[in-house]
Amino acid sequence: MKIHEYQAKDLFRKAGVAVLKGRVAATPDEAAVAFSELGGPLAVVKSQIHAGGRGKGTTKENPQQRGVQLVRSADEAKKVAVNLLGKTLVTIQTGPEGKTVNRVFVEEGCKIARELYLGIVLDRAAAKPVLMVSSEGGVEIEKVAAETPQLIHKEHFDPHVGLLPYQVRKLCYKLGITGPSVANAERFMRALCRMYVQLDCSLVEINPLVVTEAGELVALDGKISFDDNALFRHKDLAELRDLSEEDPAEVRASNTGLSYVKLDGTIGCLVNGAGLAMSTMDIIKLHGGEPANFLDVGGGANEQQVTEAFRIILSDPQVKAVLVNIFGGIARCTTIASAIVAASKAVGFKVPLVVRLEGTEVEEGKKILRESGVKLITADDLTDAAKKVVAASN
Amino acid sequence: MSILVNKHTRVICQGITGKAGAFHTKGCKDYAPTMVGGVTPGKGGETVEGLPVFDTVAEAVEKTGANASMIFVPAAFTADAILEGVDAGLDVICAITEGVPVLDMVRVYDLVRRSNSVLIGPNCPGVITPGECKIGIMPGYIHRAGKVGIMSRSGTLTYEAVWQTTNLGLGQSTCVGLGGDPIVGTNFIDLFRHYQDDPQTEAILMIGEIGGTAEEEAAAYVKEHINKPVAAFIAGRTAPPGRRMGHAGAIISGGKGTAAEKDAALKDAGIEVADSPADMGQAVARAMARRRK
Repeated sequence: MKIHEYQAKDLFRKAGVAVLKGRVAATPDEAAVAFSELGGPLAVVKSQIHAGGRGKGTTKENPQQRGVQLVRSADEAKKVAVNLLGKTLVTIQTGPEGKTVNRVFVEEGCKIARELYLGIVLDRAAAKPVLMVSSEGGVEIEKVAAETPQLIHKEHFDPHVGLLPYQVRKLCYKLGITGPSVANAERFMRALCRMYVQLDCSLVEINPLVVTEAGELVALDGKISFDDNALFRHKDLAELRDLSEEDPAEVRASNTGLSYVKLDGTIGCLVNGAGLAMSTMDIIKLHGGEPANFLDVGGGANEQQVTEAFRIILSDPQVKAVLVNIFGGIARCTTIASAIVAASKAVGFKVPLVVRLEGTEVEEGKKILRESGVKLITADDLTDAAKKVVAASN
Repeated sequence: MSILVNKHTRVICQGITGKAGAFHTKGCKDYAPTMVGGVTPGKGGETVEGLPVFDTVAEAVEKTGANASMIFVPAAFTADAILEGVDAGLDVICAITEGVPVLDMVRVYDLVRRSNSVLIGPNCPGVITPGECKIGIMPGYIHRAGKVGIMSRSGTLTYEAVWQTTNLGLGQSTCVGLGGDPIVGTNFIDLFRHYQDDPQTEAILMIGEIGGTAEEEAAAYVKEHINKPVAAFIAGRTAPPGRRMGHAGAIISGGKGTAAEKDAALKDAGIEVADSPADMGQAVARAMARRRK
């Protein structure tokens, strides 16, 4: 689960990680008030969307308006907020469709001496979280990693022990941070790593992390993602979820216990198991089609879930044919077959349906489909199914 | 021969009184006589499917001689259940449970790896040596005792591969579902070692997926240390970057973990790569015909 910058900074502050003063605003008037309350000669108005690249991104409505802008008065803050709120911001991470800005964050300015990069992620190979820092702040870190990997410095840490002071010192000397700033960095980085563990984060990123002219480290940006599997023990964090940032069909699917990802093709897929679902997409492509979605109905799929899965797939107007690919294990082919019959009555299929069943209770499942009178194309194996659904979609 | 489990393995189910635990205990018991009991704290003395239930794994080991377990406890308690199995000295622990917080696995990983227990999973279908021992949720009847060692990060895709090798008459030595999570107890390289040493295993099929670098690391290992025929398939070549494909581990992030990169590493190691999921069994047959080294 992702959250907004203003929410991330609130969590930083609570964890003892230095941030600037700021106020979130949902209306232009609130943005003006926020500027006045901050009391500085200048402030920065920042669009709050779940995507990076906001500073370089522009709104669809006004290509001159960038997603982040410096302002010098309450009036100007209000004017910028008018240009951003309710508008669609397009950045390198949003795709061409962009994202609607529902809130802006008004934040005080600071005197920047250096811009650094900081990130914490899980290193799967080491089975430990890793803190990464780089002197190349404010730029795309993927580019730094690809072109100048020697400029990224890493320290793994154990969740029980946390990041140790010597590890911070190692990083500081590599970054050229010296003097009193080292103690500052120690507080900052150790608090952040502690927070990463306590809140079950899957990603924390600060780009840029700035060193001020006074030698203090401050998180100028903030991005946090949480481990969805751990949200059960963080009820307060679950409330930070912003459903307007997510695809409605995907939200609907997750509420039904389905795993669904919308894609751009024309062939809907209903599969049990994530690996088989990915492979089904792959084999459709291999035979000249384009998958419209990833959909895993899971191991214990019941009739209601399968019906909802069909509804979600068919709600995509691009879908020209649907492929059901089931390898029964825990999920029985009979359950799926009955569900297809029930779904055809409840939903009604207006596009061709290709069904491939294999595994537990396959013969009984095929019999249910045959005797139901539901109009469908049956397939014997994966290749046969892919060829038939591609032909049906054309 | 086989790897990890065989007809002498004695299996308990941790979480045997739960719905899934009881259901799959029956499935495993019906497949082979290797299930000997189960554990649910507070329910010691009861029976499930005619098998005794104990309060602790240690007690179950003492009374039944169990040396393996399958875990069906809820995700929040899975890390604890794994360490209880390690503490009781089990040889093989299969954590079937999905949805385990990843930092829970970080916390137990080093302890498990330093122990003598082999952890399979979490979020996996389990382990099966056809005709001898089934620990997990896979449908038993699609398997047939034979030559191919199959290991995979996925569940139903493994069944697909098993079915293909069964239909080709190759059969399987032992099939292992490693699990779809970012951190799992056993990786491809661990199993390559086992398969290399197992005389029954004549060829090895590795089924990977996008995300992480486990397949690349395995390919490098194969190049140096494996002289048996190896085939592989990577799921997710059409998956868009940055989107999680069902499994918590199946995500291309920062341009890393793509199927194309993995395919290239596999081919470089002389592994026979299946281009289609329908071609996994044939890829094994091709690798066997071609012979490595």
